[in-house]
Amino acid sequence: MSARRRGDPSSSAFGDLELFAADTPRSHAPEPPAPPSFAVGEAIPGTTPAAAVSIMALTRTAKDVIEGAFMPLWVRGEISDFKAHRNGHWYFCLRDAEAQLRCVVWSRDRRRIPAPPDDGMQVVALGQLTVYAARGEMQFTITRMEAEGDGLWRKALELTRARLEADGLLDPARKRFIPKHPRRIAVITSRDGAALRDIFAVVQRRCPSVEIVLVPAAVQGESAPESLCFALDQVARWRDADVLIIGRGGGAREDLWAFNDERVARALAACPIPTIAAVGHEIDVSICDLVADLRAPTPSAAAEAAVPVQAELRERVRACADLLAELTADHLQRARAQAEHTARLVTDGAVRRLERRRSSLEASAGRLNALSPLATLDRGYTITRTTDGRTVRSARALATGQPVNVIFRDGVVNATVERISTDGARETGAPPAPRSAR
Amino acid sequence: MSFESSMQRLEAIAARLEEDELELDTALALFEEGIVELRAASAALAHAENRLKQLSEAADGIFTVDDLRA
Repeated sequence: MSARRRGDPSSSAFGDLELFAADTPRSHAPEPPAPPSFAVGEAIPGTTPAAAVSIMALTRTAKDVIEGAFMPLWVRGEISDFKAHRNGHWYFCLRDAEAQLRCVVWSRDRRRIPAPPDDGMQVVALGQLTVYAARGEMQFTITRMEAEGDGLWRKALELTRARLEADGLLDPARKRFIPKHPRRIAVITSRDGAALRDIFAVVQRRCPSVEIVLVPAAVQGESAPESLCFALDQVARWRDADVLIIGRGGGAREDLWAFNDERVARALAACPIPTIAAVGHEIDVSICDLVADLRAPTPSAAAEAAVPVQAELRERVRACADLLAELTADHLQRARAQAEHTARLVTDGAVRRLERRRSSLEASAGRLNALSPLATLDRGYTITRTTDGRTVRSARALATGQPVNVIFRDGVVNATVERISTDGARETGAPPAPRSAR
Repeated sequence: MSFESSMQRLEAIAARLEEDELELDTALALFEEGIVELRAASAALAHAENRLKQLSEAADGIFTVDDLRA
């Protein structure tokens, strides 16, 4: 609100005129122009050369009159001379066959408009008719705009898509596989929406061992893109899920628009775990659908894509157990056969060695036998031993009257020494005369 | 150990066991490891309590997973 200029001679004739910065939008309803008040005797402003009014006073009054006369309204026309100023504002004309109107969209109002319009586009725009005093021009200040045939939405999608594509985020080679057996699934959606219930119901039915972890986010409204980005950032930092489902049930185009937000799409593309997007109904394809590793037509379909049927998993475990047992049994069987073969080789070898030893033992025994004194006895020799077992090798070792044992092949004779001759005399038949002294 | 990693390991073990020239000791060690993985895989499926959870982040950035209050 600008300062009022009471007492200023140039404007006092028009009463209280507000001084607006001509290129800033008004946020309040315009006040009706104050009724003219002037002193008696003065000419009505503008009616005589002496009472000429200033341009500023006139345009400001015109502005107040026009703003007071028109409430915000929708107009239809064709875009021309579109310029996006570097200060963020958009300037263009709306026109039809007979007339044209200068228009502006302030940068702060752009967020409600999906994309900048193109020249020649047929649009309807909601705005306030006003006067740009600095130029003395009538101007339409637009806050919302829609193109016929959803032109602006389509254009916005195409622009975002082109930027993501330029950065390679839509490259099919980027698509990751969705794990076949997730342990835990993160779900970014509204806490109260149908999407969460649908996903939970499908997982419950197919594979109740999989855990569903909601990462709540607003999925529609102006805060939705920021909320979705925050949830995606949480999932990225948390990382403790095997797959992410992001989405919501169907809705009006505006309700789904957050999933076309470029920031959301980039955050989704940066997600460290594989992603499934499920936004709206089958006919709606969002930017998030394009960026995700897998696009599911509905949240239920996303859940079906994310979890296997548990009965099939059990069957697979059973088949794997059978295979393991079978293969191991094969190895055992082979090893047993190998062991038996080896044992046979060892046994056979041992028997042969034993045979060899036995025959060599018998040969040795034969040789030993030939050398044995017992064999000598066979040939008729005898062995004489003293009673304490010593073998007598010399006649001189004996004394007359000493008992001896004479060993024959077939027995032992106990004898007593009668007489000893050591001079080589042979034994005679007659007994020798006893010696008197020895 | 997740079900998927157990199954992957089991498939790898089965592939090794297909080799005829495997030492028996190795085969038996693989079999024992396979039994452990089979138990893990079955246990992962047996865990049937499925309640809806919600991720919460504390001010210090620590995440917790709690039951979603109805």
